[in-house]
Amino acid sequence: MRTRYTSLIVALFVMAFMYLPIVTLIAQSFNASRYGGRWMGFSLKWYEALFRDSAVINATVNTLAIACAATIFSTILGTCAAWALNKYRRSKLQSVHYALVYAPLIVPDVLMGISLLLLFVSMKVQLGMLTVIIAHITFCVSFVTFTVLARLQDFDFNILNAAQDLGAGNFRIFAKILLPLLGPGIAAGAMMAFTLSMDDFVVTFFVGGPGSTTLPVKVYSMMKHGAPAIINALSVVFMALTFTVAIIGQFCTKRKF
Amino acid sequence: MNGFQTQTGARAAYNGRKLSEYLLTAPSFLWLTLFFAIPSVLVFAIAFRTADPSGGIDAGWTLASVESVLKNAYLGVLWRTVWVSCAVTAICLALGIPVGYWIALQNPKYRYWLLLVVIIPLWTNFLIRIFAWRVLLHPDGFLRQSLVALGIVPDDVFFLNNIGAVIVVTVYTCLPFAILPIYAAAEKFDFSLLEAARDLGASRFCAFRRIFLPGIRRGIFTATLVVLIPALGSYAIPDLVGGVDGEMLGNKIAAKASAYRNLPEAAALAAFLSIIITLPVLLFLLKQKRIIRSVVAARRSAGDSTK
Repeated sequence: MRTRYTSLIVALFVMAFMYLPIVTLIAQSFNASRYGGRWMGFSLKWYEALFRDSAVINATVNTLAIACAATIFSTILGTCAAWALNKYRRSKLQSVHYALVYAPLIVPDVLMGISLLLLFVSMKVQLGMLTVIIAHITFCVSFVTFTVLARLQDFDFNILNAAQDLGAGNFRIFAKILLPLLGPGIAAGAMMAFTLSMDDFVVTFFVGGPGSTTLPVKVYSMMKHGAPAIINALSVVFMALTFTVAIIGQFCTKRKF
Repeated sequence: MNGFQTQTGARAAYNGRKLSEYLLTAPSFLWLTLFFAIPSVLVFAIAFRTADPSGGIDAGWTLASVESVLKNAYLGVLWRTVWVSCAVTAICLALGIPVGYWIALQNPKYRYWLLLVVIIPLWTNFLIRIFAWRVLLHPDGFLRQSLVALGIVPDDVFFLNNIGAVIVVTVYTCLPFAILPIYAAAEKFDFSLLEAARDLGASRFCAFRRIFLPGIRRGIFTATLVVLIPALGSYAIPDLVGGVDGEMLGNKIAAKASAYRNLPEAAALAAFLSIIITLPVLLFLLKQKRIIRSVVAARRSAGDSTK
């Protein structure tokens, strides 16, 4: 079938297109030449420079702190939301709730960033770590909710009644049934929140203040003010970090596409 | 008496159920109302407030910001935002449909891995993906240098800081979001229908166009939505690879919010953008309510790593 060959060619082209920039970037981070273009030999000097840069270390600490806080809160909020959406499916309140949880998924980052900025400015809240964490929780909640909800929809609640009939206490039901069966879904939601928080630039850019510089914001300002070659190295380190989280997430949930 | 008791009992159980529903719903409901719904409405209100000279929002009311947004100065940016987003969506569909088709034709054992290959680039940070393109498209970068050396590209052509770069990089970041819903629809498509069409005398292309494409309609709608809307709201990509001629509405919003610090004007622009975005959303949602679910699924599986 010719359509099949055409689509194979497009698929190969797309794969090349997807990986070319990443491969170039990784290669460039080991290139001794400052401006790339020509290969000047293998070097780790950009990595050395990177680990000596205190602003970068600081941004890393901020990124991880924000991601942890956003993950914890959005996982709690999202899990409660998913539970309510699943348990009270038929209630009117839940259809409003559903729309409210769903809407942030389609709103572009720019709009979410500017609207939160306007909220904080009109409430006279000082921009900083707190505002960034609040913003991150807000866009993570929906993703956690829908991940956990997908798990809950597959969950057979009769098991809980059966356990109760067999004399299991609330704690035992929680520890022996809910945690092992729903844990992976919740963990997947949490991982998603963590990666989304680490990945975010646009919202953080709007609601961040002095002292809340995250890695993406740092990379942005480095790019804007003459790109020093350490961004290559920084990107590779960052990539390794996200890959680790993503792979853990992949293992946490065996659900396929 | 007895009947009355059971009635109050049922009522108490009902109230208890309501109460536990409220308690479970309250955290996310209140959070999203306060930090999502109210701010979204606030944008429209602040568009009519006066700017405070120190960069805040003053108590007065004015039409000045809305008027300045509706002035001709923004029409060019608006037009560019719309046509670039439409071009990006069209390219994503043109590439995504063959890829989704191809993956759906493969042995089920390998499909998962092929999809993973599509998704892995998304595991790299959004800004780093843009930065990687800046490295690749850089005038001294190996791509331009080798194309110039091979004589494919004249020496005075630059890849970076133009509208072409914005389109390429936006396609790059959006493409996996387009492939996933298209694949999800193609996977459920009955490919024997194509053979049937061929047997009945349809050409290969005709069978593809008249049978396959309508068959994966829902996937195509979803892909359009998940590409078009973020593209309309793009900010970082035009800012970093677009140069002066590549500015989009998102850039104007950010500039008004940070560099010029005129929040009411930023709000007016944001309100404008919200209205533009509502149009395709309404159009699609009215057409097919079930798309909501597939959008969620697509964003969930593409938007991040961990599905």
